[in-house]
Amino acid sequence: MNEKVTSIKIAGLGGMGVLTSTQILADLFFRQGRDVKKAEVHGMSQRGGSICSDVRFGKKVFSPMVPAGEIDFLVLFQDDQLPLYEAECSPQTVILKPDQIDLEKLGNKRALNIAMLGLLSRYLDVSSEAWLEVIHEVLPEKLHQVNDAAFELGRSGV
Amino acid sequence: MGNEAVALGALHAGAARGIGYPGTPSSEILDVYNQLGGKAEWAPNEKVAAEVALGVSFAGVRAFTTMKHVGLNVAADVLFTAAYSGVDGALVFVVADDPGLASSQDEQDSRRYAVAAGVPLFEPSDSQEAYDYTRLAFEVSERWKIPVLLKLTTRVCHSGTIVMPRAPDTGLAAAHFVRNIPYRVMVPGHARPAHRRLRQKLAEIAEWNETDGPNQEIEGSRDLGILVSGVAYQHAREAASDASFFKVGMSYPLPMRKMLNFIESVKRAVVIEENDPVMADAVRAAGGTIESAPEMYRFGELNVSRVKRILAGDVTPEAVPPRGKPPQLCAGCPHGITFDLLKKYNCIVAGDIGCYTLAALPPLSSMDTQICMGASLGTGLGLRHVLPREEAKRVVSVIGDSTFVHSGLTGLAEMTYNVPPTGHVLLILDNTTTAMTGQQEHPGTGRLLDHSPANQLDYEKIARAMNVPNVGTFDPIRQPAEFEAALVEALAKDELTVLIVRRPCILAVARKGVKPATTEG
Repeated sequence: MNEKVTSIKIAGLGGMGVLTSTQILADLFFRQGRDVKKAEVHGMSQRGGSICSDVRFGKKVFSPMVPAGEIDFLVLFQDDQLPLYEAECSPQTVILKPDQIDLEKLGNKRALNIAMLGLLSRYLDVSSEAWLEVIHEVLPEKLHQVNDAAFELGRSGV
Repeated sequence: MGNEAVALGALHAGAARGIGYPGTPSSEILDVYNQLGGKAEWAPNEKVAAEVALGVSFAGVRAFTTMKHVGLNVAADVLFTAAYSGVDGALVFVVADDPGLASSQDEQDSRRYAVAAGVPLFEPSDSQEAYDYTRLAFEVSERWKIPVLLKLTTRVCHSGTIVMPRAPDTGLAAAHFVRNIPYRVMVPGHARPAHRRLRQKLAEIAEWNETDGPNQEIEGSRDLGILVSGVAYQHAREAASDASFFKVGMSYPLPMRKMLNFIESVKRAVVIEENDPVMADAVRAAGGTIESAPEMYRFGELNVSRVKRILAGDVTPEAVPPRGKPPQLCAGCPHGITFDLLKKYNCIVAGDIGCYTLAALPPLSSMDTQICMGASLGTGLGLRHVLPREEAKRVVSVIGDSTFVHSGLTGLAEMTYNVPPTGHVLLILDNTTTAMTGQQEHPGTGRLLDHSPANQLDYEKIARAMNVPNVGTFDPIRQPAEFEAALVEALAKDELTVLIVRRPCILAVARKGVKPATTEG
């Protein structure tokens, strides 16, 4: 009856753009006409600690937090964060890691989060234009060029 | 985000002013309120914030005050007697609890304050309700002339769900003072009838909650009925989608008749609530029978998996999630130098609340106590008073700038009044911001909430005015040798010393382009 809820968990360290990416995903699915909820952890985020946030979308979402075993996409901004979330994954979970991106081609390392969203976008039925529209609104104009390239690198590998 | 929804709700309710003190998870509300065009200010602490808000309401207009749960401990003195005096416009206390201790020193349940003080309490479960209940809290406050608590939790504050706003309130009264001494001067002769008025108001509000309160009954299978409030509702709907639900939106005074009817209408009734068994106790005291969560679920926040376990009566140990990289002082943080020195001289460090509390963790491990805002002074003095001389000489109190303004001034007065035989040493770590909660301004930064210029407290002058004989200011990065020499001298003397260790937070410098203050500052 109900469209299945899709659950995404983004994980990294404070300062890597986890919260920005969460905002982009939430805005994106809101514009796609879905119910969407996000859950973030603030407070310690700028002191380099491990942080993660959840985004869930579908026809109707209840809990803002992804229940254990129901992660559809785990997006890691740093490979070594995987052990923290492995227990919450299921055999169906798609795990995306920075080593799936050609980091040599990533001009600005700080755009890794956008490249990872590009990688994630391969699995979701949303156009590049819709993604970039939201990315442009959330991030400052002077970063558009860098972010466009990073997103494309993640989405198509070039 | 729920905090943004509260800010928008307060704006649309026509609040004249929002006053607070930053504290995770409540901190974003006033910044957003300011960005939306509301009049917002940071007060030195939550008690002062609540007093200013009460004064605004005494002028016949709407006010709100924001704080984290432990902030309500500081503001509790205001809350209890404001419940007696009542308000004129409206007064809403927005209080953010932190079940699971994402960033706090305890996981107290603010619903207990509503019962203890006798004030209504609303408990939103998502951003939409954060918006709706903010507006409703102002309406209830104004209608019954009573302060109202809006209880948020970390997962309501920092989760984002879609919000449909409504048209803003219009036609609100302009500020105007009407003298009403028996209602606003709480001497015993006035307070006795005020207490009776309060109980009368609560009885009326309880009736209103039965008929018109923001409570929701969701029809499902009669085999299982779940009584629930706050974000736990969202988890429970997902964990038991076929069950019937009674969702409580106003948790004090409770809609008890409706709750008992619901409980009797289902075969099995279970209450799901975060933290303390507040509703469970209330139902049982009213003669109802209901299952509640085993004690182990009182600790930490709830989620879908834990609610499933509660419903299954599962008390087997829960898997301990792996620990991630803990937060630590930023690379280049000026606090690091201070704590390296305190470690070098084997100091007994009475610490306080802020980023520098991270110095208690390895590898620094150079903080020995941390309890609540401002406690570094009192606890350090207590240790100095009774420890043997050799140990007492090594006790140092360490407090941040924002925390010093919040609750350190009275501790400094104590230090100069009841002087330990060995004297005492206070370090004020002045990084010119409220760093831990996201770099908010305070009366020591010389800037208002919106970063416009303001009067700036002078800690050296404050210490001198309190007759502290030895006072100095050092930049730990530019003057490491001078700072160390001053600390060694202070530890050697049997006198009072206040050292201000001033170096702007590197994050604040990066964010705002603030130039490091000169050491003459």
